[in-house]
Amino acid sequence: MLVRFEGALSPNCVGVDIGSTAAKAVVLGGDGSILYKAVVPTGWSSAGAAEALRENMEREGIDVSKARVVATGYGRVSVPYAAKTVTEISCHAQGALRLFGRDGTVVDIGGQDTKVISLSKGKVADFLMNDKCAAGTGRFLEVMANTLAVELPELFALAERGGGAAISSMCTVFAESEVIGLIGGGRAKEDIAFAVCESIVARVTALCGKQGGGREFFLTGGLCESEYLRGRLSESLRAPVFTDPLARWAGALGAAVLAGVFLS
Amino acid sequence: MHDVEALFEDMRGAIPAGPVKIKEAADSGKKVVGCYCAYTPFEVIRAAGAVPVSLCSTSDKPIAAGEEHLPRNLCPLIKSSYGFALTDTCPYFHFCDLVIGETTCDGKKKMYELLDRLRPTHVMQLPQTYFGADALNVWRAEIERLARRLEAELGVTITEDGLRREIKKRNEERRVMQDFYELSKPDPPLLSGRELHLVNEFFKVSFGDARAMDTIRELETKLRENWEAGERRVPAGRRRIVVTGCPTGKSLEKVFDAIEENGGVIVAFENCGGLKPNYEPADETLPPYEALAVKYLGIPCSCMSPNTKRLDLLETLAGEYKADGVVDIILQACHTYSVESFLVRERLTGGKRSVPYIPVETDYSQSDTEQLSTRMGAFMEMIA
Ligand code: SF4
Ligand code: SF4
Repeated sequence: MLVRFEGALSPNCVGVDIGSTAAKAVVLGGDGSILYKAVVPTGWSSAGAAEALRENMEREGIDVSKARVVATGYGRVSVPYAAKTVTEISCHAQGALRLFGRDGTVVDIGGQDTKVISLSKGKVADFLMNDKCAAGTGRFLEVMANTLAVELPELFALAERGGGAAISSMCTVFAESEVIGLIGGGRAKEDIAFAVCESIVARVTALCGKQGGGREFFLTGGLCESEYLRGRLSESLRAPVFTDPLARWAGALGAAVLAGVFLS
Repeated sequence: MHDVEALFEDMRGAIPAGPVKIKEAADSGKKVVGCYCAYTPFEVIRAAGAVPVSLCSTSDKPIAAGEEHLPRNLCPLIKSSYGFALTDTCPYFHFCDLVIGETTCDGKKKMYELLDRLRPTHVMQLPQTYFGADALNVWRAEIERLARRLEAELGVTITEDGLRREIKKRNEERRVMQDFYELSKPDPPLLSGRELHLVNEFFKVSFGDARAMDTIRELETKLRENWEAGERRVPAGRRRIVVTGCPTGKSLEKVFDAIEENGGVIVAFENCGGLKPNYEPADETLPPYEALAVKYLGIPCSCMSPNTKRLDLLETLAGEYKADGVVDIILQACHTYSVESFLVRERLTGGKRSVPYIPVETDYSQSDTEQLSTRMGAFMEMIA
């Protein structure tokens, strides 16, 4: 997928985010506006994904060799054209600051892990990542959607119409067998989808709770496009949860912002 | 400039050579007593003419075997200790005549009940507080009970003179380590955390050998002289990190690497295996059993309640070592350190000088090195 932006292509700041499922690049122009962004599947090779992004940028007339490039994400060390690597925590924080313009708590539900980052005075004050477990991550939802033979958007649509059922297990493997149990027991797909979403909402809420509540939340990462999930999270956290059309780009965007800070 | 690499190399070589030394000791008729925990009073064992050895407990390998008798959701240190014993793959365990355990955390004290079937295990009843005369009296009686058991088991007599001599000697060893730890106070420190950890591990296999202590002294002197001559082993500008939490060991080197490969340098290990058991000497003016009771009961382990002394110690260390941050290593399913983490954070970040704090939950597997690197990297960026 390519998203084209109009604008002059001058010495740029580039952020490259090599995540576990998708690799993204965001290019900022001299005035800080987003000139270009690209996403490719990470596939089996981080280096391959980084190269594909570079080719995409070159094709758009962006001279990557002259640009200031920061790489982030779990494959950040596999971006040979990056001058610096920064962790996804700092990049998501920067990306969220750029998008929302104020302090708050960033919740990034990614493919492999979920991060909760609290921002204070424009800086990372604290952060948490869920440990060694797919529960509460995008991967969990994907596995469950798969079991229900639906795509993610459909899972959310179903959940909205469901209710009543619950999954008690925190572990993806056990949760999956609970879902199979519910299917076998003849529960409506809607109810099961509801239970799946509630389980992730509970998990993410628990993670946020560890950081102290009472503030605004910013939802970034792959799942921020679900209005249903955003709403449920807000109810569960008893706090406003904001998102942005660009929020799933927060990591790459933050990396590009940091490229401007670190590499000028 | 002195060549300190050769000394580090000797130390590295001494660790795998440890079991050979113990085999030789056993072959020559010496008794070997296995220990797991910092509460075990080495002095009493030595006064009984035996060699106290730290048993293997920090490898992933024997955990699967340990899980045949123990629940899976138990701390890896306990499963590893037991697994080593069960599979007879800890050479130290192999040679030991008696094992000493303490009623520290629940998992450990219940594991010792099973361990006793593999090798005679003497369990010391450790009070759960270091406050008050009652606890101290109980602990002194327990140390005396250990002495009686050693006497019976090994056919020896433990004398007061013997105890005094061993207290003095162990204090001297503690002093060597304390002096060595001073090397990490300057900025940048005189050695890296990985090197510091190596010296800690070397100390563990010194078995009371005066020559080993001389080696540590020699390394200290040479590092100092090199520093004075302008050598900087650690580049300036690294974030200074105090490590705390569950005992350190080989399998946790992944955490140290994650810290030091991402812009940090470890200036102190508060953990068992580091400073915690050795920062306080035993009082040589007290009657020996009392001196030992005071010394050992005073170890600020999370199995004590409350454990305010650890919070005080951490605060002091953060100040003395000018820490930019504190990393708390919590082994999976270790309830005591895990719960205490809340208080540690509160104390460190809520003080006059707020010290950034991060807990890391991990186990002995190497599957989370990527995550650890991200986590530690982000922490370093946060405190930059
Ligand atoms: S942490 Fe506590 S239980 Fe573990 S070795 Fe140290 S003193 Fe013993
Ligand atoms: S690390 Fe925790 S659970 Fe494990 S033995 Fe030590 S105190 Fe017990």
